[in-house]
Amino acid sequence: MSFVKFENVDLAYAPGGALAIEDVSLDVREGEFVAVVGPSGCGKSTLMKLISGLRMPSGGYVYVDGRQVGGPLKIVGMAFQNANLLPWRTTLDNVMLPLEIVEPYRSTLKKERSRYEAEARQLLARVGLAGFEDKFPWELSGGMQQRASICRALIHQPRLLMLDEPFGALDAFTREELWCMLRDLWQLQPFTVILVTHDLREAVFLADTVYVMSKRPGRILVRREIELPRPRDLDVTYTDAFAGYVHELREHIGRVRAT
Amino acid sequence: MQPNLVKAAPWLVVAAMFLLWELICLGFDIPEFLLPAPSAVWKVGVEQFEPIMMHATQTFLTTLAGFAIAVVVGLLIGMAVGSSPLLYRAMYPLLVGFNSIPKVAFVPVLVVWFGIGTVPAILTAFLISFFPVVVNVATGLATLEPELEDVLRSLGASRLDILGKVGLPRAMPYFFASLKVAITLAFVGSVIAETVASNLGIGYLMMSASSSMNMPLVFAGLIVIGVMGVVMYELFALVEKRMTGWAHRNPNGAA
Ligand SMILES: Nc1ncnc2c1ncn2[C@@H]1O[C@H](COP(=O)(O)OP(=O)(O)OP(=O)(O)O)[C@@H](O)[C@H]1O
Ligand SMILES: [Mg+2]
Repeated sequence: MSFVKFENVDLAYAPGGALAIEDVSLDVREGEFVAVVGPSGCGKSTLMKLISGLRMPSGGYVYVDGRQVGGPLKIVGMAFQNANLLPWRTTLDNVMLPLEIVEPYRSTLKKERSRYEAEARQLLARVGLAGFEDKFPWELSGGMQQRASICRALIHQPRLLMLDEPFGALDAFTREELWCMLRDLWQLQPFTVILVTHDLREAVFLADTVYVMSKRPGRILVRREIELPRPRDLDVTYTDAFAGYVHELREHIGRVRAT
Repeated sequence: MQPNLVKAAPWLVVAAMFLLWELICLGFDIPEFLLPAPSAVWKVGVEQFEPIMMHATQTFLTTLAGFAIAVVVGLLIGMAVGSSPLLYRAMYPLLVGFNSIPKVAFVPVLVVWFGIGTVPAILTAFLISFFPVVVNVATGLATLEPELEDVLRSLGASRLDILGKVGLPRAMPYFFASLKVAITLAFVGSVIAETVASNLGIGYLMMSASSSMNMPLVFAGLIVIGVMGVVMYELFALVEKRMTGWAHRNPNGAA
């Protein structure tokens, strides 16, 4: 039983216009960690919009949790390359924003505020932001902002986490730190993840399955399962098996770009 | 640079200007009915303190009334225009066109509708000052990051949620910035209307003083308007700083 299912999905932003993605079919299990890679402009962000119901397919079907997607889903959390935190809210209040919108939290927030706040603080502590809860976003570094942004995406315990190049703007060290943070969060309490990235090492390190997309109009070219044992440590990135996966994916991407 | 100097600089400039003015009047022996010296203006100001204050109060209250209407109407139109791309497209040419008409041209129309007095002055102050509020609020709302909107919509947020949680707070710095501009424009509007269509207010006072060649009184009126404008501008600048410290990345002023 698949959790996210695409059946021959096409999408054109303008009706009758050029397709942004074409004939995409995929299956994601509940709890699976999926990474999507592909050249710039191939429709990775578009794929995310289709899954979260922000866009309707021009052709084909999108199912999430067994139901056809007909509008914005409420069981997803999202984070992007820009942390997009609200500068007038403290880090804690930023993280708690979804609770002001999603039921059942929304209607119980007044009564249960202290409990939810404790949960938010706990989540922030887990990603290494203890002590920064009451700081404003502009007082945090880029990496810290991104951690907070991921907390905001997870606070309402979504079953589906969607990340669109969340670590793209960070330096290599911070990026690896955040890989481990994400891995730990996911291992502690599995949810389904769809991660868009340009970084093949990131994809191989984190994902169960990597999809490679073609140039526009985006199609799925390759589906590759990553059979590295879990839990994975950063040391795994120096193994031959790891390098093998990265090389293989790089070849696919190279072929895409050459055509 | 010395902080004391920075603080004193505006006062020094004003003092220097008055001094220079006085010296020019003295040195070139300029007749008072052309350009009165600051000392003459001061003298009239002291002599006629009470009538000046009475007219100033009238102008002040008129301006505030027009400004208040402008803020409410400007906020409403700005919110409507800024949160709907359709309304934005539909209304903008009309608003811009309206804004390019000199508001003094409306005064005769307002006089026909409401007669001579306070009402045309309030309405002129309103008409001249609501546009910057509309533009700024609409801009603040319309420049919402699409990704942030996606985050919220994917949580099932309604348009009203998005407006309340993100749109309006985000538009606040723009809104408060527009208040500074709007209050000074409101003074322009009410004084213009008073000069043509009222028998009260600083505008009227200056008009009647100039027809009797009492130039020191005209200049006293000008200075009073200027002072009221600066005071209100500074007041709203302070409010802006207080309310939207986050936008200036100033940890001390954070709301
Ligand atoms: N709102 C939109 N309206 C019209 N066309 C769009 C829109 N968003 C994206 N597109 C087009 O759809 C195609 C896919 O865009 P998308 O943003 O999904 O690419 P991407 O794979 O995420 O690229 P990148 O890696 O650079 O982020 C692009 O050619 C783009 O021009
Ligand atoms: Mg993208």
